[in-house]
Amino acid sequence: MNDARPVGDPALLDVRIGRKAYTTASGDRLEVLRDIAFTLQKGEIGVVVGPSGCGKTTMLRIIAGLDPDYRGTIMRPAGRLGMVFQEPRILLWRTVDENIRLVAPQAGEAHRAALFDVLGLTAHRSYYPGELSLGLARRVALARAFVIEPDFLILDEPLVSLDKPLAARLRDEIRMLVDRRPVTTLLVTHDVDDAARLGDRILVLSARPARILAEMPLPKPRVARSEDDIASIKAEIVNRSGVDPRPGA
Amino acid sequence: MLRLVSLAAFLAAWSAGSLATGEQMLPSPATVLASIVAEAQSGALFFNLGVTLARVFAAFTLAMAVGTALGYLMGRVTLADRLGDPWLVVLLNLPALVIIVLAYIWAGLTEAAAIAAIAINKVPNAVVTIREGTRALDPGLDEMSRVFAIPRWKAFRHVVLPQLAPYIAAASRSGLSLVWKIVLVAELLGRPNGVGFEIGIAFQLFDIARILAYTLAFTAVVLAIEIVLVQPFERRASRWRSRTA
Repeated sequence: MNDARPVGDPALLDVRIGRKAYTTASGDRLEVLRDIAFTLQKGEIGVVVGPSGCGKTTMLRIIAGLDPDYRGTIMRPAGRLGMVFQEPRILLWRTVDENIRLVAPQAGEAHRAALFDVLGLTAHRSYYPGELSLGLARRVALARAFVIEPDFLILDEPLVSLDKPLAARLRDEIRMLVDRRPVTTLLVTHDVDDAARLGDRILVLSARPARILAEMPLPKPRVARSEDDIASIKAEIVNRSGVDPRPGA
Repeated sequence: MLRLVSLAAFLAAWSAGSLATGEQMLPSPATVLASIVAEAQSGALFFNLGVTLARVFAAFTLAMAVGTALGYLMGRVTLADRLGDPWLVVLLNLPALVIIVLAYIWAGLTEAAAIAAIAINKVPNAVVTIREGTRALDPGLDEMSRVFAIPRWKAFRHVVLPQLAPYIAAASRSGLSLVWKIVLVAELLGRPNGVGFEIGIAFQLFDIARILAYTLAFTAVVLAIEIVLVQPFERRASRWRSRTA
């Protein structure tokens, strides 16, 4: 099904999904993705924006190698993959620190301490996740993805269902972490504000079956963007997607 | 405190029953205690308890190891589940007595035959419980283990096993009680020592006090195992829950 392709630059992400369909319980074929093709350069942050339920998570699972049942080819950056799922997916029976050490036994104490510091988790290192709020649990999931110093990072709606100020703070923390150590990143969100502030390249998806409506490389680096730039990027995304862009809508 | 009251009520009912039916049918607690002391002084009590306990331990360990492995396999692999399920139903419904008698006939009146027969009786229960636990594993955490390339054994130890712990504890608890009941039957039928053998002798002599003496002594041992081993294991395995609101 997934034909071999010549390997080019091993640092880039190259996605070519021809078609992805499910068989539903009633026996119908339900098409989720069609003709998704894009490339991310090394260190580039691609942000996928699209309506809820359009198949973004399905796409991420294919790219992460969790779902082999699709037509097309995926070339992932060689090396370690870090991922933040939509739910925190941390081990409730291990402390925060143990959760982090489980994926990165080689990571030193200083490295972990610095990461906990950035994410405001220092005081919670020895807590069990059941004692944490959703915002803190999300931070643990982020710490886990960053502690392995990934060569490729996948973030599936890492800010969803957090209140606005908290989401903004966490977004800044993510930005700080990717600025500290550039990594090819694929971020999925339905919040155009996140997209405009974090992305180097924006991919606007349609409703199901998801296709790419627009691919927008953003010329200005993240740090140099003014509020005006962000507003115009947001307007552009909204314009290209043709749907109500308000977060949570 | 409530447990002590409950225990006292039990002893009172026993004494009353003994008075009503007579020492012959139901010896009083004092008579049974005297019998326990007598058996303990001769050393027979400790020897037989030890022998039976060793058999319980061997059969229980064997059954839990095999049952957990098979249950996990059947919970994970559909083919194994389909192939194993009819066997499971047969074994679940095969009377313990049949397995023990056949084991003794085919393998002789040996220690190995006894322990294997007892283990075979327990295995299907463990399989059913662990299979249920395996089916309830969180697929999201399996995906997490795969994405982060956690080595298989490590993922099993830290991601899978803690999720199975309550099921393993449940299987252990029911297993312990099942195994020690069946051990007595196996001893009665084909072993020259152990609590079951002693009860068989006492039965032939209609020595009810001795029957009760061995029963109570062994029950006390099982209770001690429950309190000293099983409950602390459960507390340890669910320690992360206790602090959760």
